[in-house]
Amino acid sequence: MWNTVFPYLLSGISVGGQYALIAIGYTMVYGILRLINFAHGDVFMVAGIVMVYMAASGLPLWLCIVLDLVATAIIGFAIERIAYKPLRTAPRMSIMISAIGVSYTLQNLVLYITGGLNQIYPKIPWISDSITIGSATTKVVTVVTPILTILLVFALVMLINHTKVGMAMRAVSKDFETSQLMGININSVISTTFVIGSFLAGVGSTLYFTNYTTVIQTSGAMPGLKAFVAAVFGGIGSVPGAVVGAFIIGIAENLIKGLDIILFKMGLISKPMGLAIFSDAFTFALLIIILAVKPTGLFGEKSIDKV
Amino acid sequence: MSLLKVMDLKVSYGGIEALKGISFAVEKGQIVTLIGANGAGKSTTLRTISGLVPVKSGTITYDGNVISGQQPQQIVAQGLCMVPEGRRVFPNLTVYENLRIGAYLRKDDITADVDHVYNLFPRLKERHWQLAGTLSGGEQQMLAVGRALMMRPKLLMMDEPSLGLAPLVIKSIFEIIQTLHEEGITILLVEQNANAALRIADYAFVLETGMLDVQGTGHDLLNDPAIKAAYLGESKK
Repeated sequence: MWNTVFPYLLSGISVGGQYALIAIGYTMVYGILRLINFAHGDVFMVAGIVMVYMAASGLPLWLCIVLDLVATAIIGFAIERIAYKPLRTAPRMSIMISAIGVSYTLQNLVLYITGGLNQIYPKIPWISDSITIGSATTKVVTVVTPILTILLVFALVMLINHTKVGMAMRAVSKDFETSQLMGININSVISTTFVIGSFLAGVGSTLYFTNYTTVIQTSGAMPGLKAFVAAVFGGIGSVPGAVVGAFIIGIAENLIKGLDIILFKMGLISKPMGLAIFSDAFTFALLIIILAVKPTGLFGEKSIDKV
Repeated sequence: MSLLKVMDLKVSYGGIEALKGISFAVEKGQIVTLIGANGAGKSTTLRTISGLVPVKSGTITYDGNVISGQQPQQIVAQGLCMVPEGRRVFPNLTVYENLRIGAYLRKDDITADVDHVYNLFPRLKERHWQLAGTLSGGEQQMLAVGRALMMRPKLLMMDEPSLGLAPLVIKSIFEIIQTLHEEGITILLVEQNANAALRIADYAFVLETGMLDVQGTGHDLLNDPAIKAAYLGESKK
């Protein structure tokens, strides 16, 4: 029984870690701008494409990874400056529409460059190697992902709670105007948020595409959407919430993929029922339920404002 | 020389002229108050001086430099701080963090300033690690003042510090204003509580629908029959 479940659990944890790295970008940007950055999944995809082209240029792979992360951070920064900053005082709906525009622009740009063909993601040594743990044979990346995710999240939480820029982020997320009166440059705080979010999405893309090996212009849509659901599930605006939500969704999704086999081994069903097909549906059903039952999510912002 | 000089200041919000050309000056070491009815432009005046609202025309000079057109963070850096209307403490930050963020632009050691604020407001010291959102209204006002003091302001602007507070708390807020004044901080105070404001003010300006109406020493205005009728709640006889 355990031997049947374990491989699915392991890949669930791994996918959860990848979702978590994307979900942080959604939740941080929402926390500070109250914006659902629809382009975030596409930033993740572009990070994959940039890596493909960079590796093709013949640079050493480690340098490609570093440059890819830097490039992704710069793309996040540029998107905010070009598409969101000019709309700072506009109604929130306008900036959300702008985000949708950025999303399609990135997809079409990549479609134009790649011709819409699947791009093979470069094989990163070591993390692409196979490894056998107990009953599961998988890539090293599966094991590396959750560990790296947790380290990065820990570093991020420390940054938010114990540094000056983190304090400024928390202040700006509550009150733009008063933050300015404190001498905080809100534009640079917002840019920092986008840079961190995009950087983490870049890390996520390296791990994710090492697992799935191909990138195409729509590759960001599904993981982006799942990460968004994870952020809502965990309580949008909360970093730990997004991480917990992402792991839950990743694990649940992968267990459903293996549900046929698991139930069969348990003797509950006698023939496959094709339940794996519900793995995506589950995530979105979860979104509907959470929005209906507890819209603030697991760790939603407590309202402590006193008037 | 005046610490703050406002010359023919005009401000408009989307076509509506909120300030129609006001001029006034704040002398160093004084408590100056701006009084007036709701919507007269008192808060707009302070918000414009602090850089939050763009100037349409006119100039603002502070400590010899023209500051109109500068960013809020540049203005704060020169020691012109504001305690905003409605206190606006950061509810998700602790009391101590609120004080630290008040000193955001400072690079030097702030321990002495934190101690100074805690001396002025012992209540805040007791609540050092508490989230500011859990404080009472009066405590939040103390924190908002303390936070502004962290930049060691030369000129402190206060927007309706008594708003929504219990009479006893209001009394202590006005006492604090006087204490700060004795410490050498120049104060520009906006108040609806004209009575209390005029009592402690060296000089006062009355704003009416975007224009300066009457001005004089606090004492003079307190005894001006027209002011009494309009703002102090006494009928003309």
